[in-house]
Amino acid sequence: MMFKMMMCKEATHLMSKQLDIPLTFQEKLSLKLHLAMCGACTQCNQQFHLLHETGKHYERLIEQGAGTLPGGGGNNN
Amino acid sequence: MDQISAEGTQDRMQRLVAVRPRLVSFARLQLRDLARAEDAVQEAIEAAIEKDDTFAGRSGYETWVFGILKYKILDALRAQRREGWWQPLDEELDEAAIDRQFQKNGRWEQEARPSNWGNPETTLHSERFWQVFDLCLTALPDTAARVFSLRELMGLSAEDICRETGLKQNNCWVILHRARLRLRACIERDWLTEKA
Repeated sequence: MMFKMMMCKEATHLMSKQLDIPLTFQEKLSLKLHLAMCGACTQCNQQFHLLHETGKHYERLIEQGAGTLPGGGGNNN
Repeated sequence: MDQISAEGTQDRMQRLVAVRPRLVSFARLQLRDLARAEDAVQEAIEAAIEKDDTFAGRSGYETWVFGILKYKILDALRAQRREGWWQPLDEELDEAAIDRQFQKNGRWEQEARPSNWGNPETTLHSERFWQVFDLCLTALPDTAARVFSLRELMGLSAEDICRETGLKQNNCWVILHRARLRLRACIERDWLTEKA
């Protein structure tokens, strides 16, 4: 098998996928290798993880009870 | 009802009033309409009051009410679909918006390269971040926003999302991938430019 370096666009696809279902061994390896060499994708990966945390954060805000959400409470469409 | 449990009930009513704005904000992101969000929250609050006896004594009242609200939101989503208010599209036609972030060879476009958002904990506690998140999520195309919210805010599995939306599983992944890319680009543009 010829090893072909994965490009950033494809890497973001795996970054997204790993938040929803487990990656295959091959996918994990390709992503890890790409991230080790690509600063921009490493940032993107962290941003996807942060977006993945937003649900838990809402949960915490609601547990706290009173008040409007930071930013979310005001105007709307 | 004896004195103590009456006081407990009264305390919980006050907590419902206090948490209501947060519940409405959450429901609005999912239902994309304020009136429907307020209706869903109203139904959740009524159900919570009705079932107050079943809660009594346990901890985490707001979390319990939030759980009820999530069911009401799913009901409302189904109603939106039935009424044709929301038509889940298998093919979201926003490939162009994603392609703008990448060169033809699959590398990031120079101006789209993701930058550092700083410490995640600090970011999640920044009021401005949540304003921008809210705006950017609202600005996403309908299906993308709803699928993203079902996954990340409601915590549904892809299997459940397929059932709720009628989308094919593979399209769910594609939609989530594009939604995340668009959200991150939007947040970075609106949030970091202001911070700088």
